[in-house]
Amino acid sequence: MANYKLDITKEHCPMTFVKTKIELAKLKQGDTLEVLLTEGEPLENVPRSSTEQGFKVLSISEAEVKGTHLVVIQK
Amino acid sequence: MAISEIKLDPGTKKLSIISFSGDFDKLTAVFTLATGAAAVGYDVNLFFTFWGLDAIKIKQGRSAVGKGFLPKVFGIFMGGLKSAPVSRLNFGGISPNIFRYLMRKNNVATLEELVEAAKVLGINFYACEMAMHILGIQKSDLIPEVKDILGVATFLKLADGGQTLFI
Repeated sequence: MANYKLDITKEHCPMTFVKTKIELAKLKQGDTLEVLLTEGEPLENVPRSSTEQGFKVLSISEAEVKGTHLVVIQK
Repeated sequence: MAISEIKLDPGTKKLSIISFSGDFDKLTAVFTLATGAAAVGYDVNLFFTFWGLDAIKIKQGRSAVGKGFLPKVFGIFMGGLKSAPVSRLNFGGISPNIFRYLMRKNNVATLEELVEAAKVLGINFYACEMAMHILGIQKSDLIPEVKDILGVATFLKLADGGQTLFI
């Protein structure tokens, strides 16, 4: 099982979702993707849309930089 | 594509956009909505008609695309994705490059990046048969990602059950 990382803190809509979707598409069963993202729309929608697409959100935690969060998603 | 061949999955969320305008800003809206929707799990259909066809020409600059004299003149004046004007304050074609600069500076995807993302995300590109006929555009003038040339009835069937926008 592989663990991938993605930083979308510098991205804006729609590339926040586009880059996450492209990375999620690379996952094999059991692989995880750690997405570092900002508060607001990315934090609200990346976990929700990932769940809707059949992925499992393992955790959402505050990251080191204020206003950023780490979302761990598993296929 | 025949209407009878279209199989719709009632459980899938769907967005269909009629891309009528060849303007830089309106095409940016089309591809922003399309890629955003595809990225969060929607099936997305883009139906390019009239000036919207400029966005999916292989030749992105000004060129004599089209069969016949008048279509070629239109082709030269309208051009493709790289020569799309903005709908307001175009300033003789300077504004799109100012927008591209501002988009890069603010780390926002440019129109060209959004189009590439749309291809990667598997968004369905369709072209309008009637507009292609008027403008003398052949399927070979369009990017290979264009899945099919459609009429209204087939597009409506594809869009059935989802959300539809006209831009």
